[in-house]
Amino acid sequence: MTVRPILLRGGRVLDPSRGLDVAAGDVYLEGGVVRHAGARIGDPADAEVIDVSGKVVSPGFVDVHCHLREPGREDVETIATGARAAAAGGFTAVCAMPNTDPVTDNQAAVGFVKRQGVEAKAARVYPIGAITLGQKGERLAEFGEMIQAGAVAVSDDGKPVVSSQMMRTALEYARTFGIPVADHCEDPTLAHGGAMNEGVVSTRLGLKGIPSEAEEIMAIRDILLARRTGGHVHLCHMSTRGSVELIRWGKDRGIRVTAEVCPHHLSLTEEAVGDYDTNAKMNPPLRTADDVAALQEAVRDGTIDCVATDHAPHHYDEKEREFADAPNGIVGLETALAVVHTWLVAPGILSLAQLIDKMSCTPARLFGLAGGSLAPGAIGDVTVFDPAERWTVDVAAFRTKGRNSPYQGQVLTGRVHLTLVDGRVVHRLGA
Amino acid sequence: MPAPRPLLDAKAMERTLKRMADQIVELYGGGDRPLVLVGIQRRGVQLANRLARIIKEHEGLDVPQGALDITLYRDDLQTVGPRPLVGATDVPWQLEGSNCVIVDDVLYTGRTVRAALDELADFGRPARIALAVLVDRGGRELPIQPDIVGKTVDVPRGGRVDVQVVELDGTDGVTVQGGATA
Amino acid sequence: MSPVLGKDLLDLESLSAEQLRLILDTAEPFKAISERAIKKVPVLRGKTIVNLFYENSTRTRTSFEFAEKRLSADTVNIAVAASSIAKGETLVDTARNLEAMRIDMVVIRHPASGAPRFLAQRIESNVVNAGDGTHEHPTQGLLDLLTLRDKCGRLEGLKVCIVGDVMHSRVARSNIWGLRKLGAEVAVCGPRSLLPAAIESLGVHHVFARVEQAIEWADALNVLRLQLERMQAGYIPSLREYNRVFGVSRARLERAPKDLVILHPGPINRGVEIDSDVADGPHSVILDQVTNGVAVRMAVLYLLAGGRPELATAAQGGDSR
Repeated sequence: MTVRPILLRGGRVLDPSRGLDVAAGDVYLEGGVVRHAGARIGDPADAEVIDVSGKVVSPGFVDVHCHLREPGREDVETIATGARAAAAGGFTAVCAMPNTDPVTDNQAAVGFVKRQGVEAKAARVYPIGAITLGQKGERLAEFGEMIQAGAVAVSDDGKPVVSSQMMRTALEYARTFGIPVADHCEDPTLAHGGAMNEGVVSTRLGLKGIPSEAEEIMAIRDILLARRTGGHVHLCHMSTRGSVELIRWGKDRGIRVTAEVCPHHLSLTEEAVGDYDTNAKMNPPLRTADDVAALQEAVRDGTIDCVATDHAPHHYDEKEREFADAPNGIVGLETALAVVHTWLVAPGILSLAQLIDKMSCTPARLFGLAGGSLAPGAIGDVTVFDPAERWTVDVAAFRTKGRNSPYQGQVLTGRVHLTLVDGRVVHRLGA
Repeated sequence: MPAPRPLLDAKAMERTLKRMADQIVELYGGGDRPLVLVGIQRRGVQLANRLARIIKEHEGLDVPQGALDITLYRDDLQTVGPRPLVGATDVPWQLEGSNCVIVDDVLYTGRTVRAALDELADFGRPARIALAVLVDRGGRELPIQPDIVGKTVDVPRGGRVDVQVVELDGTDGVTVQGGATA
Repeated sequence: MSPVLGKDLLDLESLSAEQLRLILDTAEPFKAISERAIKKVPVLRGKTIVNLFYENSTRTRTSFEFAEKRLSADTVNIAVAASSIAKGETLVDTARNLEAMRIDMVVIRHPASGAPRFLAQRIESNVVNAGDGTHEHPTQGLLDLLTLRDKCGRLEGLKVCIVGDVMHSRVARSNIWGLRKLGAEVAVCGPRSLLPAAIESLGVHHVFARVEQAIEWADALNVLRLQLERMQAGYIPSLREYNRVFGVSRARLERAPKDLVILHPGPINRGVEIDSDVADGPHSVILDQVTNGVAVRMAVLYLLAGGRPELATAAQGGDSR
């Protein structure tokens, strides 16, 4: 089947991978790839021309960390609904974490996720395989076979790799294949029973806290093991100032450590828990204003490489319960751009080019994914958004099945208008 | 609403109380049954006190007194919400077999007296309970009538009768607001 | 009309000093009712109150039940075994079912912090927190305030030290808020492993590491119960050592510059956090606390019962004596 070529006309063309910033330019997609991105061109014959003046045209966003819940919890999210939510949020590719039921820890399971992703015909879905069988931390999963089936990284996310020896082996073994090991940094003995950040609010509410050190101890362990093994460790959802300092320490020494931060950790503090709001319950927990400031600065200066959503849908009545018993996590795909824009670009901490770099170019590069660039010949994955548009978050309008968002009702700036994958429109605002 | 006009001044109030005290002794003071006065919080308590003093002065009779706060026995909690408890309920002596006279300042709907009867029953069983009020303003909503009345006045709904006592208000007297006919 | 409490009593943190005083002042006349031959007033006649207890608590439940019955309310006790919470219906379903039976109030004890607030946000009935997790135990806080006010004649400027496992204590949090709002100075004392991370953020005046310092400083000690589980969970090495280092003993009290009032929320672990001769001694007000508990709970139930401010305001004009 041939796809009609598309000309995105008159937008601000921003591609940090090539240092490209054209105030009013054109992007031409044909045959599933980018043919031109830059100055205005004439109307090519047969092309569908879409006027995107006043908007930004960028390489499609890439999320290296989300939970699509299939197989196992299709009532909460499916790969199809997750991929559509991703497209609505401007993501052209997402990496699905393997903490499904059963765990995505073998080539058949990885192949299933991959196939479901293709069938969704929305954002691309890249499976992440488990580090250990059943995420039990005992036996290494078959990285090689999972990679052949389409896995792009390994992770036991949702749980830390408790055994340092296991983590060491995983880093060494993954190095063989050149993929990152993404670790959920949490010392389980320190975090045990914790429901939120340990601090002023947990003291007031009488909730067991999770200290920053629960994350930092594992972060520095992973960094040291990356130094020992030469493997690539990717630290998931960093949440504390201390972690930032440890990553900086590792990078200064040339250790192969990369890190992601979630939009909610860049924007919200423990105060959001308020009076036991379960939509502010996540792991790692929302921290303090000082941590948020450190994370924002770390994104700006590159200590933290990219933004990832940790999109974690839950059934509404799972969150509708006592705080300590409610599950962790919030949906994030459809608010990521707006949150990062509202809290980092609007106040001048990040430029638009930096935002695109953190949400597209760098994550694609770290995980070895196609995309993240508008260079001629690159895959036709493109996002068009209006950075100035103000809109009110309405969870009822989300494409994800999840409704658990702490941003409900808030007015944010920055809205995705158009998402293209393989040169084809997979999301159009209002359509 | 027109300005309050006096119904009883201090002198008239004193005369009225004297007459009420006489009637109390006459009707309930004789025999072997002890006489007790129970005032309803708030101004009924001061009036009972005043009556006891008059009885002591003129008859040499010691009459024990008590106080009832009927807030917790009202039947209108649902509609008016909780009221602060203004004073103590204090019924320290035996009510059994007594002639008990409930004293209040103004008798209107009768609901306060009903509540007082209920509360009194939780403290004991007097041989006889009587009701003495300084002013009966009419407008009863329950089948309750006073045995001893200082002054009768017909004040329509929406009108007010205010009793002042020296102990709380610095002056004695009764005023009426809103078309009354004596 | 005095300031009302609102629909629920969930914590002392959100109450004003004026509201706290209203409750304490209202409790005074209720004390007398428990001294009468007929210990009952009809004020809550026809009201249905459910005591929903997800944790065992003979003392608190009994105290609430006496308070309810002395106000003539109809009461139903529901004890939910802790083991069945996980498998059984959710809290919100339980609440909706109760409400479908047309109840007026729920008194809830729950192991999860915040559970009473969660419930209160979802049902129309009044909700009274009878202790939630390690958050608050507001009626215990109120009865401690009342007991201290009775015993010391004032709360303003009174120095009260809470001794023991503050971290896991809902009593401690309610005490800290209540005492501070009414002008008392509050300190805490205990092993650092049993004090919350940010204890200073609650506005305590001192954090004492030694119980001797607390005794020297304070006018009153509120001695918290030390749960055996704390030792099993490794917060302290042994109950024996806890008693040696932090136990409130007569020998320690005798060295104090003045006589201290001793409170304890009960049940007492004799010989652990407090020695028997102190608990039974002349300065112990532990049994006064129990007596006051009924009065304070009567006051709270009474104030919540009719506490619909809009009705109260609307009906204010119509004096119906």
